[in-house]
Amino acid sequence: MRQTVGAVVLLTTLVAACARSGDDSVRVLAAASLTEAFEALAERFEATHPGLDVDVGFGASSELAAQIEQGAPADVFASADEVTMERVVERGGAGARPVVFARNRLAIAVEHGNPEGITGLDDLDRPGLVVILCAQQVPCGRFADAALRAAGVAVTPASRAANVKAALSPVALGEADAAIVYVTDVESSGAVDAVPIPEDVNVVGRYPIVSLAGADHEDGAAAFVEFVRSERGQRVLREFGFLSP
Amino acid sequence: MSTSRRLPTRPPVAALVLAGIAVVVFLVAPLLGLLERAPWRALPEFLTEPEVRSALRLSLVCSLSATAISVVLGVPLAWLLARGRFPGRALLRALVLVPLVLPPVVGGVALLLAFGRRGLVGQWLDEWLGVRLPFTTPGVILAETFVAMPFLVITVEAAIRSLDARFEEAAATLGAGRATVFRRVTLPMIGPSLAAGAALTWARALGEFGATITFAGNFEGRTQTMPLAVFLALETNPPAAIALSLVLLTVSVAVLAVVGSRVLAGRRDSGRETQPVPV
Repeated sequence: MRQTVGAVVLLTTLVAACARSGDDSVRVLAAASLTEAFEALAERFEATHPGLDVDVGFGASSELAAQIEQGAPADVFASADEVTMERVVERGGAGARPVVFARNRLAIAVEHGNPEGITGLDDLDRPGLVVILCAQQVPCGRFADAALRAAGVAVTPASRAANVKAALSPVALGEADAAIVYVTDVESSGAVDAVPIPEDVNVVGRYPIVSLAGADHEDGAAAFVEFVRSERGQRVLREFGFLSP
Repeated sequence: MSTSRRLPTRPPVAALVLAGIAVVVFLVAPLLGLLERAPWRALPEFLTEPEVRSALRLSLVCSLSATAISVVLGVPLAWLLARGRFPGRALLRALVLVPLVLPPVVGGVALLLAFGRRGLVGQWLDEWLGVRLPFTTPGVILAETFVAMPFLVITVEAAIRSLDARFEEAAATLGAGRATVFRRVTLPMIGPSLAAGAALTWARALGEFGATITFAGNFEGRTQTMPLAVFLALETNPPAAIALSLVLLTVSVAVLAVVGSRVLAGRRDSGRETQPVPV
């Protein structure tokens, strides 16, 4: 009996310890396209805010929004579009009013040297071309669909990726010929080249950020949001190719 | 079994408590959670959506194909591991287990690097045969076979290993060729284990997610199997995801109930009563 109680106590302690780990950090959930920029931002934030740690988790904005709705422990949410952010606000997830902190445009990611000679969206309906788009649930998927519609091109993608980084990686591996992603993804990848999409058909995505209603670290969350919007934070975002809000 | 000590009729409290935790936390609670939140009334609506039907059809086709391939290729491999005498057998057995412990996403990457159009094998498939596997339905089957076949191999290998080789030897002495011995003696004796292995393999293939989305991508009707559909639906339409999960749960429980009960029943007496078919 004593062993049983011991085992149960041990298990409970382990589970509790796991569930509570990272309690001391500000937990940020950010759109996949923000990966490199937010990693740099978190690092500089920690450097300028002694005693505050930041943990950033990345994923498709829609995936993160669903996690927040299901009660994922998080203090800050940065979305790649306003529609997804609106969903979090509507369901009472936001602790403040979201503010747009950056903008981004789409580009076509192609293999180094552009072996297929892709010059624009019109080339993407070429038969036999392996094109990856983001899933329709994900902001980059909706934006890509809008851009293709604007250009009047009907593309049958080989795959609808779960997030923008997953759309990019087959191109980097040479398994796909093109993917519609954000300009910033191409810039920070280094493994692919960008074919620009002209402004008249391009979509400009606006990135809102908010501290969350269930935040354990209200002050830390507010400080991080402020840092992202500050001149220092904006400079980092520009370094990674984002446009100012 | 020892006769000097009788088995305790009442299990110890410790075992009961720990088993209870296992049952409640890991088996009952997740299932109840799913059932409790299921959109029962709207269920028919969700399930008749074309996307759901195509995902379900694709899942069944791919998981059954993967099971069939696993049986055809896995049984000989299991036999070789159990009965073969060759250097590197231990290494081969370890290799068989790799997909079991490998994170499926890593498996998917490995498949891309092997069978992608730039891959080790894939570049020749593309050049000589014009065959491209990534982002195709055969790609899904390949990914599912990759992760699921080990279940078949280890189950069947254990069964062959525990067989009394004298039956096979006797058949051989009586003039049966190796193929006949395998078909008429070995196969019937490992039948229940083969069925159990196939059922496990099928269940694993049906639930496959990571390797599939990495290697075969996600496209409705072509590579979007049920688990992928659940994952993506969860982001924007949780009730639909729950409905899909329920279908997946029902299908797997139904098949496991049919196959499993028969297999377990067969297995209980396979050791003692199943006799090889006369040659």
